Amino acid sequence: MTPSTLHDVRFIEPEKTRNYLNEDYGVFSWLLTKDHKRIGILYLLSVTLLFFVGGFFAFMLRLELLTPEGDLLTSDTYNKFFTLHGIVMIFFFLIPAIPAALGNFILPLMLGAKDLAFPKINLLSWYIYMTGAIFGIYVIVTGGVDTGWTFYTPFSTQYSNTHVFATTLGAFITGFSSILTGLNFIVTIHRMRAPGLTWFRLPLFVWSMYATSLVMLLATPVLAITLFLLMLERTLGVGIFDPALGGDPVLYQHLFWFYSHPAVYIMILPAMAVISECVAAFTRKKIFGYKFVAFASLAIAFLGFLVWAHHMFVAGISVYSAMIFSFLTMLVAVPSAIKVFNWTATMYRASVSWQTPMLYVMGFIGLFTIGGVTGLFLGAMGVDVHVHDSYFVVAHFHYIMVGGTVMGYLAGIHYWWPKITGRMYPEWWARLSALLIFVGFNLTFFPQFLVGYVGMPRRYHAYAPEFQVLNVLSTAGATVLAAGYILPMFYLFWSLWYGRKAGSNPWGAVGLEWATSSPPPKENFHVTPVVTWDAYDYPAFLKAMRETQNV
Amino acid sequence: MSERQGVEMQNAECKMQKEILHSASPDVAGPFLHFAFCICFSAAGAEMTAIEPTHEDHHAPHPFLQHHFEDLGQQHEASTLGMWMFLATEILFFGGVLCAYFVYRGMYHDAWKAGSHHQNWMIGTGNTAVLIGSSLTMALAVWAAQLGRRKLTVIMLTLTLILGSVFLGVKMYEYSEHIHEGLFPGKHFTFVEHNNPALTPGVQLYMTFYFALTGLHALHMVIGAGLLIWMIWRAWAGHFGPEYYGPVEVMGLYWHFVDIVWIFLFPLLYLV
Ligand SMILES: [Cu+2]
Repeated sequence: MTPSTLHDVRFIEPEKTRNYLNEDYGVFSWLLTKDHKRIGILYLLSVTLLFFVGGFFAFMLRLELLTPEGDLLTSDTYNKFFTLHGIVMIFFFLIPAIPAALGNFILPLMLGAKDLAFPKINLLSWYIYMTGAIFGIYVIVTGGVDTGWTFYTPFSTQYSNTHVFATTLGAFITGFSSILTGLNFIVTIHRMRAPGLTWFRLPLFVWSMYATSLVMLLATPVLAITLFLLMLERTLGVGIFDPALGGDPVLYQHLFWFYSHPAVYIMILPAMAVISECVAAFTRKKIFGYKFVAFASLAIAFLGFLVWAHHMFVAGISVYSAMIFSFLTMLVAVPSAIKVFNWTATMYRASVSWQTPMLYVMGFIGLFTIGGVTGLFLGAMGVDVHVHDSYFVVAHFHYIMVGGTVMGYLAGIHYWWPKITGRMYPEWWARLSALLIFVGFNLTFFPQFLVGYVGMPRRYHAYAPEFQVLNVLSTAGATVLAAGYILPMFYLFWSLWYGRKAGSNPWGAVGLEWATSSPPPKENFHVTPVVTWDAYDYPAFLKAMRETQNV
Repeated sequence: MSERQGVEMQNAECKMQKEILHSASPDVAGPFLHFAFCICFSAAGAEMTAIEPTHEDHHAPHPFLQHHFEDLGQQHEASTLGMWMFLATEILFFGGVLCAYFVYRGMYHDAWKAGSHHQNWMIGTGNTAVLIGSSLTMALAVWAAQLGRRKLTVIMLTLTLILGSVFLGVKMYEYSEHIHEGLFPGKHFTFVEHNNPALTPGVQLYMTFYFALTGLHALHMVIGAGLLIWMIWRAWAGHFGPEYYGPVEVMGLYWHFVDIVWIFLFPLLYLV
C-alpha cells in the first residue's frame, strides 16, 4: 500500500454515497439524533400515523351518517368519535404536519445552514410531541372524550364524565412542542442564514415559516394557560369558568379562540409556504410580487390575532364588538387573496409542467379560494347567525384544513421526496392519487355546504330524512378520498427501493436545498454556500451553480 | 485503503493477537507480549496517520463551540435571541391568566379587595426585596463570568440560589398559613368572610387566581434554581470566560424575567 493509493481512494470514493441516512445505523442513531433531517423524518412518520388515526374516526362518522337513523354508533360513541377526530387531526396532525416534518427538513437547507439553531431542543420538541400523543392514544384506548375539540366549559369541567383531564393535558404538552419548533425556526432564520442570503433573497417558504413561527410562539402559550385553568377547575372543583360558581364560560371561549383562530394560520401558512415554492419551480418563474407575498405572510400572522371573536357571534358578545370582529375578519382575507392572485399571476402565460406537486397546487388554489370565500360568508355576522353550528361551517373549515393544508402537505411531500429519500416517486400513480383526492374531497365536502345551508346541524349522529341524498354523496366521496390517501403509502414506500435515482436537482429548481446532493450529507453542504442570486432567479442561480461546479 | 478498512484490519489483527496470547503461557508472558504487540501496531497506526493530509490544528475550535455554528459570536447571538423568544412566549403565558384575573377583578371588585386583605403585605414586601437582591447578585454573576473570575462567579450564583430558596421558603410558609385558614380553593375551602358572607365565593375565586399565579411563578423559580445549580457546577469547572459566557447570560435573562413577573404579581395580589 503506497500513500498515493490511500489518497486516491479517500478522495474519489466517499462524497457521493455518504448521506444523512447511511451515516449511522440502528434505532438509537434515530432516537437520539440531533440532525434536523432525521428529526424531520421522525415527525413525518408520527404525524402520518396520527393522520390515519384521525382519518379512521372521520370514516366512522361518515359511515354513521350514511343513514338518517343513528344505527351504527350510539350517540355517546358518535360524540367521542367526532371529538377524537378533531383533537387528533388538529393538535397531532395539522399543527405539526408541515412545519415540524417538512419545515424541519427543508428550512436549514434553504438557509444554507448546517442545522437548526438548537438541535437538542429540536429533538426535545419531538419527544414532547410524542408524550402528548401518548396521552391522546391513552384516551382513545381507555374510552375517549366527548367534549368536542374545543373543550367548552362548563360541560368539560363539570358535566363530562370522560377523559377530559388526560386529553387537555395531552394538548397542553403538545403545545410546548410547537412553541419550541417556532422558537427554533425564528432564531435559525435570524442567525443562521448563509453569507449573502439577505432577507429579500429568502425563498417565500422561509417568510411563511417565519410568520407561522411567530404565531406558534405567541398564540400557543395562551392555549396552554387556558387549558391549565381548565384542568385546575376540573381537579379542584372551583368555578373559574363555571357560571354556577361565579365564573364566566364566555371568557373561556375568548381565551380558547385567541389561540385557536391564529392556530388556523399555523396550519395554513406552512401550506402557503409550500405552494409558493412549487409554483415557482413548475412555472420556472419568479413569483409575481415577491415582496407582497412575503409581507402578506406577516400580515396574516398579525391580523390573525385580532379576529378570534368571530367564533362567538352567537355566544352573547355585544353587537358592537361583533361588528368590529366582523370587519377585522374581512380584513384578514385581503393578504390571503393577495397570495392567491400573485400565484395565479405567476402562472399566467408561463409554461407550466404538470408534475404531481403542481396538481396539488392547482387543487390548493381552487379549494382554498372556496374555503376562504365561504369564510367571508361566516365572518359576516348576519349569515353567521343563520348557518352557525351547521354543516356549512364544517364544509368551510374542511376546505381550508383539508383542501388547503393537506393539499399543501402532499404537494410538499412529493416535491421534496426526491430530496428527502434520493428517489423519485412513480409519477403516474402519484397523479392518479392526486386526482382521486381532488375528486373525493369535493364529493365529500361540497354537499356539506348545501346540506348545512338548508339547516343540518353539526355534531348529531341522526338527522332528518330529507338530508340523506347529500349525506350519501358525502360518504361516497369520503371513500374515494380514503383511497386517495392510502395509495401514496404504497407507492412512496415502494419508491424507497425501486424509485428512479433522483439526482441533486430533479426539478431543475432554484434554491439552496437543490444545490446539495439527494439525500443531503449529514452536515447539509460540503462547503458553506455563498448566495449571489435572488429567490427564484433562474438565470443567476444556474450561472452560480455552473461556476461552483467548475471550480 | 480507506481509514475504516484500516481500522477493521487492526481489529482483525487484535483478534489474532488475543488468540496468540491465549496459546502462549498465560500469566508471565501475557503482559509482555501484549506490550510488544501494542508497540508494533501503534507504530503501524502512526505510519498510517502520518500520511493523512495535515489539519490546521493550530486553530483548535473552542471546546463549547457547537459544530453547526460558524463561531462563538454566532452561537452567543443565537442563544440570547432564543431566550428572548422564549420570554416572549412566557409573557403571553402569564398574560393569559392575568387577563382572566383582570376580568374577574372587574366583576368581583369587593371580593377581590377582601381577598387581598388576607395577604400579609409585610411578608410580601420582604420577599420582594429578597427577589430584587437575587436579581442583583445574578447580574453580578454575569459580569464576573464575563471577566472570567471563576470564584466570584460561583459565589454570586450561589448567593442567587440562596436568595431564591429563601423566597421559595417564605412562599411555602405563606401557603401553609393560607391552607391553615381554609383558604385553599376547592373541597378544602372552609373559609367564610365574616364581614360580608356574600363575598365568600368571590374570595375563593380570588384565592384560585392567587394560587395559580404564585404557583406558576414558584414553578418558574424552582426550574430557575435547577438551572442555577447546573450553572454553579459549570462555573466551578471553569467553563466560562471572556469569549464564552453565554449560558450565564441566558440564565440571567431568565432569572430577571421571573423577578419581573413577581414585580407585577406582588401589587396585583397583595396591595390592590
Ligand atoms: Cu376563526
